[in-house]
Amino acid sequence: MDKKKVVNIDMRQYGMVLALIAVYVIFAILTGGKNLSPANINNLIMQNGYIVILAVGMLLCVLTGNVDLGVGSIVATCGAVIGIGMVDYGWNMWIAIIAALIVGLLCGMFAGFFISKLGIPPFIVTLATMLMGRGLTYVLLQAQTKGPLPNNFVYIGAGFLPTIKVGNVDLICLIVAAVISVLIVMAELKSIATKKKYGFATNPAWQLIVKNAIIIGIVWFFFYKLACYSGIPFVLVLMALLVGLYHFITTKTVAGRQIYALGGNAKAAKLSGINTERVFFWVYTNMGILCAVAGIVLSARNASATPKAGDQFEMDAIASCYIGGAATSGGIGTIIGAVVGAFIMGILNNGMSLYGFSTDLQKIVKGAVLLGAVTIDLVSKRKK
Amino acid sequence: MSDYILEMNHITKEFSGVKALDDVNLKVKKGEVHALCGENGAGKSTLMNVLSGVYPYGTYSGDIVYKGEIGKFHKIKDSEAKGIVIIHQELALSPHLSVAENVFLGNEQCSGKGVIDWTRTRAKAAEMLAKVGLENEDVNVPVNSLGVGKQQLIEIAKAMAKDVELLILDEPTAALNDEESAKLLEIMLELKKQGVTMIIISHKLNEISYVADAITVIRDGHTIETLTKGVDDFSEDRIIKGMVGREMTNRYPIREGVTIGDTIFEVSNWNVYHPEDPERQVLKDVNIQVKAGEVVGLAGLMGAGRTEFAMSVFGKSYGQKISGTVRLNGKEVDLKDVRTAIDNKLAYVSEDRKGNGLVLIDDIKRNMTMAALRNFFSKNGVVDANEEIVKAEEYKKLINVKANSIDQTVGSLSGGNQQKVVLAKWMLTQPDVLILDEPTRGIDVGAKYEIYCVINDLAKAGKAVIIISSEMPEIIGTCDRLYVINEGHIAGELAKEEMTQEKIMGCIMADNRKGA
Repeated sequence: MDKKKVVNIDMRQYGMVLALIAVYVIFAILTGGKNLSPANINNLIMQNGYIVILAVGMLLCVLTGNVDLGVGSIVATCGAVIGIGMVDYGWNMWIAIIAALIVGLLCGMFAGFFISKLGIPPFIVTLATMLMGRGLTYVLLQAQTKGPLPNNFVYIGAGFLPTIKVGNVDLICLIVAAVISVLIVMAELKSIATKKKYGFATNPAWQLIVKNAIIIGIVWFFFYKLACYSGIPFVLVLMALLVGLYHFITTKTVAGRQIYALGGNAKAAKLSGINTERVFFWVYTNMGILCAVAGIVLSARNASATPKAGDQFEMDAIASCYIGGAATSGGIGTIIGAVVGAFIMGILNNGMSLYGFSTDLQKIVKGAVLLGAVTIDLVSKRKK
Repeated sequence: MSDYILEMNHITKEFSGVKALDDVNLKVKKGEVHALCGENGAGKSTLMNVLSGVYPYGTYSGDIVYKGEIGKFHKIKDSEAKGIVIIHQELALSPHLSVAENVFLGNEQCSGKGVIDWTRTRAKAAEMLAKVGLENEDVNVPVNSLGVGKQQLIEIAKAMAKDVELLILDEPTAALNDEESAKLLEIMLELKKQGVTMIIISHKLNEISYVADAITVIRDGHTIETLTKGVDDFSEDRIIKGMVGREMTNRYPIREGVTIGDTIFEVSNWNVYHPEDPERQVLKDVNIQVKAGEVVGLAGLMGAGRTEFAMSVFGKSYGQKISGTVRLNGKEVDLKDVRTAIDNKLAYVSEDRKGNGLVLIDDIKRNMTMAALRNFFSKNGVVDANEEIVKAEEYKKLINVKANSIDQTVGSLSGGNQQKVVLAKWMLTQPDVLILDEPTRGIDVGAKYEIYCVINDLAKAGKAVIIISSEMPEIIGTCDRLYVINEGHIAGELAKEEMTQEKIMGCIMADNRKGA
């Protein structure tokens, strides 16, 4: 049994990443490189930060085989709480943030209670929270926009980490890129070492080198562009932390595994000792909290709270999950997939705007992309 | 002109190389009640599915001669057009629709194209209900507001509405209580007077002796014999002999070197009520004990309450108003949910591996560790993925799961290998007591043997094993002792040397007589 075990990298796993790169390159050509500009890269992150945050939470709902339709409305409600607190009552920023998080938590628990304890279908419950949340936002704001919000709060949505400019380039960005590169290499080496220790199959060296070279290349491209602009946006840090945390939860923890088991076969999960009610409750409660985070980021970026905020965000978040390879039946999907899905949508939006498509046309294209991505995914699986 | 309304000659039906029916003959006289008897899996339902066109003409060999001509039924509608109607074991009523709508479901009374004539529907429905002794029922109430017994009669009314000449009833009394069953049998005799020919499939031999004019016995896909009332011996013992009289071959590995220890699992005075009907008692005062290293069978017919017993013990996964005590190693425990049951070293391998056992879209490894993940494969809620791979590989080898790798999805495995994955899943929880519910259902002989070997190894390791099986030879071949469960209570207990199929059936029949 000393035979060297080798497996090839499954390209399907990276299909969405390749699609993302392809879409980006196509628009780079169409717009004559406009979407490659440092300012635009920065915009991509700032504009899509809240969608990514919501997609991460939505993926957990999608994994259970359901969706949360109330997301956009809860985002608006949480934003309204911040706007009213800070503008009308002069709350300190931290109090406003905590208040928004509590409101999000309560909204999530409200939906979670009906879904898990009373067994009401999530579609119905969240359709209700969507209507109730939107209505509540209008009532709270009396259909007015609250603003402007103070600068220290706006930093969350529109600020940057400190920079050390050398010429036009920010040194911090480059240092971060270097650190990330080293971490990627170290993680790969560690994984190879563990696989060897347990005698598991490893990938051929050249494949791993190509894979990691591409990833590191993208990282450097990205951070160099940010370095040429204003440095690292705070939203990026927040996003990275959340994506990392939820990636860890879904792939490495018992709690994450329970969500997949529930989505794959709820009865089997139950008979394996998984408290499916509790899983449902926390998945939807979690979604509420992430709505609050997205609401904070959105209102900070707009420096105001508006009753129409977050309109149709749920649709973008749901589409991100499905484009990213999640199954409507539940039990299949990844956080990274959902994030890639969110960025595919974001790059499409951004590229089409730069190219001069009207928003109406943009909707048609987005719909077609969603339908196309899921169709290709399902048809290719069926062939297999 | 023969006086047979139906002759099924030399019917052979294969499923991917396995003969479910092999040269089966069935002759039914006009106007008689003909019973079809046999063990579970003998081929009764397959035969009726061939007759009614569920398996279309051409997928089997042999002829169906119906009313003097060869029947070529391609779908159920074809056989229904000729007056053959089958009523399946599971009710085929739409629960929220009214009685009248159900009676004419798929056979709507229309005026013009596709427009329902409600007046005629109601009037004719009432007429049909009268034929089955339900003349006082309101045809406008939803059908689920009636009891199961009446629903079964409405199924018959539905058949009558299709101008039935040959009515097939598959286990019509399985879900009914004694009173309802008696009523149904009377209705059958009444229909016979009206000239309807009937075929009845039933495990309740006392009912068959009462209602049937002729009995055909099927065993392992062969017709064994046909008994005629007034000519042959019609006693239950005679029927049982026909049903089970097969030679036992060496299909069960011998268990050696097992020392049977103390009683480690004990359930006493176990009472459970139906989850949806708090009045209906599903289990009555069940008492069982199992020793370490012992393999104990729960024998009985389908629907006797064995699965319900196992699931209600296993973390109250079935039923309501559960009372009674569970003792593990002499200590009373409250297995309030599945988690607690697993923590107390109990394991339940479900009879429905696809529905209740596996996540078909997930891989072998994660299915195997699903139940043990929390206790054995994680630290502070973080999964130890490497340990998981090591154990999954170990068990894949140990119980010989045939798959390319542990990353293969279980949905792509054969039934036998899926069953092994479920077994591994529960062995990984390191249980002391394993309840295996129909552990070899629907899997081939080779895989069965391997599973019996695993059972032997478990016994050798000092586990208490409980096997629920509807296949009597299997239970006799694998168990040290068995309990016969009938209608929710223990009808008898047999030691190894007393175990015969006749004894088991005898226990059930004696119990049925007592109940009736």
